[in-house]
Amino acid sequence: MARTVTTRRKSLNTVLAWAVGLLIFFPILWTILTSFKTEAQAIASPPLFLNFNWTLENYAIVQERSDYMRFLWNSVIIAGGSTILGVIIAVPAAWAMAFVPSKRTKDILLWMLSTKMLPAVGVLYPIYLLFIRLGLLDTRGGLVVVLMLINLPIIVWMLYTYFREIPGEILEAARMDGATLKEEILYVLTPMAIPGIASTVLLNFILAWNEAFWTLNLTAVDAAPLTAFIASYSSPEGLFFAKLSAASTMAIAPILILGWFSQKQLVRGLTFGAVK
Amino acid sequence: MATQHSRSVARLMMAPAVVLLLGWMLVPLTMTLYFSFKKYLPLRGGDLGWVGFDNYVRFVSSSSFWPAVQATLMIVGGVLVITVVLGILLAMLLDQPMWGQGVVRILVIAPFFVMPTVSALVWKNMFMDPVNGLLAHLWRFFGAEPISWLSEASMTSIIMIVSWQWLPFATLILLTAIQSLDSEQLEAAEMDGAPVLKRFYHIVLPHLSRAITIVILIQTIFLLSIFAEIFVTTGGAFGTRTLTYLIFQRVLESQNVGLGSAGGVYAIILANIVAIFLMRIVGKNLDA
Amino acid sequence: MGRIQLKSVTKSFGDVEVIPPLDLTIEDGEFTVFVGPSGCGKSTLLRLIAGLEDITSGHIEIDGTDATDVPPAKRGLAMVFQSYALYPHMTVRKNIAFPLRMAKLDQAEIDKRVEGAASVLNLTDYLDRRPGQLSGGQRQRVAIGRAIVREPAAFLFDEPLSNLDAALRVGMRLEISELHERLATTMIYVTHDQVEAMTMADKIVVLQAGVIEQVGSPLELYRTPRNLFVAGFIGSPKMNFIEGPEAAKHGAQTIGIRPEHIAVSETEGEWSGVVSVSEHLGSDTFFHVHETGLAETITVRADGEVGFRHGDRIHLTPRQDVIHRFDAKGLRIE
Repeated sequence: MARTVTTRRKSLNTVLAWAVGLLIFFPILWTILTSFKTEAQAIASPPLFLNFNWTLENYAIVQERSDYMRFLWNSVIIAGGSTILGVIIAVPAAWAMAFVPSKRTKDILLWMLSTKMLPAVGVLYPIYLLFIRLGLLDTRGGLVVVLMLINLPIIVWMLYTYFREIPGEILEAARMDGATLKEEILYVLTPMAIPGIASTVLLNFILAWNEAFWTLNLTAVDAAPLTAFIASYSSPEGLFFAKLSAASTMAIAPILILGWFSQKQLVRGLTFGAVK
Repeated sequence: MATQHSRSVARLMMAPAVVLLLGWMLVPLTMTLYFSFKKYLPLRGGDLGWVGFDNYVRFVSSSSFWPAVQATLMIVGGVLVITVVLGILLAMLLDQPMWGQGVVRILVIAPFFVMPTVSALVWKNMFMDPVNGLLAHLWRFFGAEPISWLSEASMTSIIMIVSWQWLPFATLILLTAIQSLDSEQLEAAEMDGAPVLKRFYHIVLPHLSRAITIVILIQTIFLLSIFAEIFVTTGGAFGTRTLTYLIFQRVLESQNVGLGSAGGVYAIILANIVAIFLMRIVGKNLDA
Repeated sequence: MGRIQLKSVTKSFGDVEVIPPLDLTIEDGEFTVFVGPSGCGKSTLLRLIAGLEDITSGHIEIDGTDATDVPPAKRGLAMVFQSYALYPHMTVRKNIAFPLRMAKLDQAEIDKRVEGAASVLNLTDYLDRRPGQLSGGQRQRVAIGRAIVREPAAFLFDEPLSNLDAALRVGMRLEISELHERLATTMIYVTHDQVEAMTMADKIVVLQAGVIEQVGSPLELYRTPRNLFVAGFIGSPKMNFIEGPEAAKHGAQTIGIRPEHIAVSETEGEWSGVVSVSEHLGSDTFFHVHETGLAETITVRADGEVGFRHGDRIHLTPRQDVIHRFDAKGLRIE
């Protein structure tokens, strides 16, 4: 039973929460605002909040000078490719763990999780070396594989927790109805698990999009995604606030929007189902 | 509960994921272990033979080791304290009835979706720049001398940036946990005459303890391997060289692979110690 | 056709043997009910027949051919699950059509059979709804519809009525019985409710701890229970068991007398006792009688009009011709 509270109490909560929320959001808001300023307005003293002449020129300059679209495309391919590949590999595994559990299922799940804990820096050189040997350095394909592997445990786990909520009797019914394993997974399990699969895809797309260790260390030019694009603003272009802001806004906007859709599933995905 | 047939199918279905992860774990790990016992300088002579535990000893006895451990602990500890404490307060605030709760939630969660290189750059330049940064303006407004954050207060700055990124994560998980608290429990305590602070201490906090533990463990694993934030801001200078960054520099910047690999092994051991605790909790949950 | 034979079938989960060697024949067209307390292995037995679990040893034959290693889809059996196991993302029409789609029937045939099943089960108006929009009874009918369109050799029901409320349960019980009359297909029905077993079955199989205690028609089980377990399990209220000197008089370790086989009188009878509780059901009245000189409290079923109350002294007379006698092992003495 939800408690009724006085309007005064509720107003107070509202004001306080909005103040804190806006404070936390402010750096992002400020970046977005600055991206529409001229360079002079961006460093004006005192700072201009809304009273400036809105312009889109920074976006044009950023695209023209650094070919933003190419980095964006790389990000989409790398994040999207690794996620899709990961889901294709993880769905059968999660099916097996959720519906045909054995004594070892729990151990396998925990072991998978443990590979996620392997610090990237500990295996940086071997991967770097393998990438050179296999000609994968600075290729999108190479990054797709690496990001798929680092996110695979999370994908398996998320799908596993969603699949576990589907009653096994329904899959048994499909088996009794004459469905083959392929038909059982394709026509019965997958449609029922669509919401879970969608949020898994979303969260892992976000994680892959923002991944910055491997994308920075394994790319140079051709395969560099937005993380590397932004890092290239580190200096001295970083001093051009308006352009930096435009570039940053373009890098985070797609994911902010996707992220807001996935926030409900975020907790489950990131805590491996330990907090619901 | 299944037939022999479905069990063998299940093994087959798991095989790709298991084999891939096994390869992903074993191949680089073996190579790292292998290199860690070698003097290996790719640009200066390549493989110069076995050196036993030399690299391990040198990595630990190098003058940059203890400062790196210290920097790592400070960042991890600082961020954990800030995100957990503020996260609890924020989660309790967001749990209250209010108007526009959904929007506030979105505002609070947003930093988590910002890519690390962007948040590091935006903070570094637009907020912490000693001349044009917003914080410099703020300081001047109050008549104070602007701080050159990343050189004078480098550690504080990095902790601030990273905390801003991870506060949403802690808040979201703690909020989820708070919402699962049975309100009747709190009402019963209120009927029993427990004041607000006592209710928080005796009911809310114990209820949150599991979520807090999980936040701490998961964040620790991610925080131990923080990279982009340092790469973009200080590049490891001004006392912000963490263990991860030190290893990165040994391996890729000074190309001392043997030494870096020994460091990598230390990092793996360290992460595994934390991981074991996390797995215990997650594993227990699996049985439930 | 649907004659199902189990030949020394056993099932173990790890080291635990849940079904010791078991033989059973279910004749074609028979309505067989597996009944027993929960955990007696009746559902496991059904799943073994369905092929959802492997048998550990023995053989299962369907219509004379060995089906032991045949996967569930190929056994030609249809199953109605306790939770109905409807596909939540499909409409009623698609749910019923699913087994036909899997069997690769052509669309016209599928439509014909689905419409047919729907009209038999009064589901025609609901064909385009999703299971989530249906009541419990309707869901149950969809599950049955999905089973009958396949024209299976036998139907397997796993406690299909346990999720329905009492009134609906009686209605569905009748519908399933009528369905059996009409289709004359073999049905195997698992339940823990002896009333369902008595009212629906041609043949009841009473199970306990994986062992068949008795197989027979409802009346056989009622009239000549083979042992104490069956005697106590079949019939409601439960049979009175009396030990000691009273049983010795009949040359038995234990005698059993059903509550409906004891006459009540205000004035005279073989036993005399005090009513501790009287339950008036309208049509019947149950008296729980103690202080009879017997160790056990005796339950008596009398006409609804009989009006004794708590504390009244009454006299009881068991009908001598229906006293069941059991030996020290609990087995019936003929």
